Amino acid sequence: MDYQDIELLRFTTAGSVDDGKSTLIGRLLYDSKSIFQDQLDAVEESSKSKGFDYVDLSLLTDGLKSEREQGITIDVAYRYFATPKRKFIIADTPGHIQYTRNMVTGASTANLAIILIDARKGMLEQTHRHAFIASLLRIPHAIVCVNKMDLVDYSEEVYDKIVSEFNAFSSKLGINDIQFIPISALNGDNVVNRSENMDWYQGSTLMYHLETVHISSDHNLVDCRFPIQSVIRPHTLEHQDYRGFAGRIDGGVFKPGDKVKSLPSGFVSTIKTIELNGEQIQEAFAPMSVTMTLEDEIDNSRGDMIVRENNVPKVEQDIEALVTWMSTKPIQARTKVVIKHTTNETVGMVKELKYKVDINTLHRIENIDKVEMNDIARMSIRTAKPIFFDAYKKNRQTGSIIIIDEQTNETIGAGMII
Amino acid sequence: MSNYVINHLKELESEAIFVIREIAAQFENPVLLFSGGKDSILLTHLAKKAFYPAKIPFPLIHIDTGHNFPETIAFRDALVEKLGVKLIVGSVQEAIDKGRVKEETGADASRNSLQIVSLLDTLEEFKVDAAMGGARRDEEKARAKERFFSHRDEFGQWDPKNQRPELWNLFNGRKNYGEHFRVFPISNWTEMDVWEYIKLENIELPSLYFSHQRDCVVRDGVILANSEFIKLKEGEEVVNMTIRYRTCGDMPITGAVESDADNLEKIIEEIATTRTTERGGRADDKRAETAMEDRKKQGYF
Repeated sequence: MDYQDIELLRFTTAGSVDDGKSTLIGRLLYDSKSIFQDQLDAVEESSKSKGFDYVDLSLLTDGLKSEREQGITIDVAYRYFATPKRKFIIADTPGHIQYTRNMVTGASTANLAIILIDARKGMLEQTHRHAFIASLLRIPHAIVCVNKMDLVDYSEEVYDKIVSEFNAFSSKLGINDIQFIPISALNGDNVVNRSENMDWYQGSTLMYHLETVHISSDHNLVDCRFPIQSVIRPHTLEHQDYRGFAGRIDGGVFKPGDKVKSLPSGFVSTIKTIELNGEQIQEAFAPMSVTMTLEDEIDNSRGDMIVRENNVPKVEQDIEALVTWMSTKPIQARTKVVIKHTTNETVGMVKELKYKVDINTLHRIENIDKVEMNDIARMSIRTAKPIFFDAYKKNRQTGSIIIIDEQTNETIGAGMII
Repeated sequence: MSNYVINHLKELESEAIFVIREIAAQFENPVLLFSGGKDSILLTHLAKKAFYPAKIPFPLIHIDTGHNFPETIAFRDALVEKLGVKLIVGSVQEAIDKGRVKEETGADASRNSLQIVSLLDTLEEFKVDAAMGGARRDEEKARAKERFFSHRDEFGQWDPKNQRPELWNLFNGRKNYGEHFRVFPISNWTEMDVWEYIKLENIELPSLYFSHQRDCVVRDGVILANSEFIKLKEGEEVVNMTIRYRTCGDMPITGAVESDADNLEKIIEEIATTRTTERGGRADDKRAETAMEDRKKQGYF
């Protein structure tokens, strides 16, 4: 196996302990040999001392003392495993209603969401919630695992009913790529190995799907966006006039010789070199970190953005966003906040609260006077200086903001620009 | 490259470099916590790449427990010289001499938790507002929930239940006076990723990581190097063994593995087939089920 040449896939798992989420993660880790003997020993030991007669695999992921005491997951946990085809990062998020903020956090960096449904229970309110958040955060791929098939006699009928229920709901959401897989995480059916109990299912196993889902077009390769993090000026004899712009590509493909435009100044120049550590790069695209030099001496600094001359983002001070509220302190209209967007930071004002979304029914709740923890609401925000943005559905990096409390410096909101 | 995909090591590298550049841009007095272990050596390598052709724009801090492997110190000094970067050494011996901390006694005595005081003293002395380290989430269960940007209050404490949510690649480094951040640019790397990347980039490591002969003591199933810092218990004897280290902490607490892997290829092969975690040999983690979380809350890395 050539471990050096595999891709990275980030996925979230949504579901509660009862859906068998921990069992599923445990199985993926165990069957890919990513649980080490001493970790398994420690978990077996803990399970025994808690009086369980089974190995509680959730103890692998629930690392904090208070989580172990209460037997719940209170925070996003990251787990890692690799197969000969891919490396995986799991953002394991709790499914309870009060933890919308954790689900949103885990979803923000994911390429794929696994949504778990208990075959005996079918679609629940929390299934709606998970699917909605996956679509809101524009996770490009979703896999709906209908779990515990062993407890419904591996019935095709039960499975088909859940699939059509889910499709009826998700047609309103606009998730592009949804796959359905009937599984039993406990017995391993269709997780890593094909089930011998469900001849009627012709699709692939969960692992096969995770290993092969096409992710190379998940990044925007059309609209060139390069937010500047800092300017590299060595001031040495050898590099007397060197001025490199350090940053990570957020969209498009940049090449030396390309005509580019700098925002907000509007100056136009040509890319001289794209490099990292002195090595020349011929084509740079998301999510590569590079250093760019230009033919002309342009006075760019942190927060500026390099784009193509004929394809620029919006440069405005008024934005409309769907915001997940993450603070126990509610927000009202006309509150001053700090906005972070790409490498830019500016003071702003939440001008108007338009409506909240009921995440179970997708209905709008109008005429609101405040937005509380775990609410998702549409807001108008005015920034003190222009920011350079795209709609979130066009680019997840240049279309996202975080809102920071000016007094406490806490992150209080996460916004997707409409 | 025709189909616009980068492999996972390049993606992890890109992510780490992005985070390191954010630290340099968002903070006034950032430092890199250098332990001499492979993860902090990797981090230093990534920092060099992030700012090339300029030099690394922040100093390295090393907390010297006085119980370090001599190989670690020699390696550190050579690396600092080569990169032309500033080195700050915080001394645990000095903290003991000044009466800031009290040395543990007994055969299992360790200076591991004493480091916390020296570390916090050093951070305060140099008014450090962001200390970056090479901790990884796959190392230990409390670290699995750590943020990239981890906020510490004015006492250097970590409050795991009250962490800032971290979304997309927007890192919030804003803080009040007296507070600081711990930042972990290689959070998403696994032990295997680290070794594969070291091989890919041909990064130099201290000789400790490769198979060698050493006088050892086996205590509670852990292979410890025999040194002036270790007191033999009854029934223990010194044996010459063929070993290497998977992590490098203090001499009296870092467990070795029996191994004849003397190059990177063999090490990677060994890790691919091994069935215990790299911290499995760390006596400091074995003191309690939540030993790591408890130390982290107080200000440990």
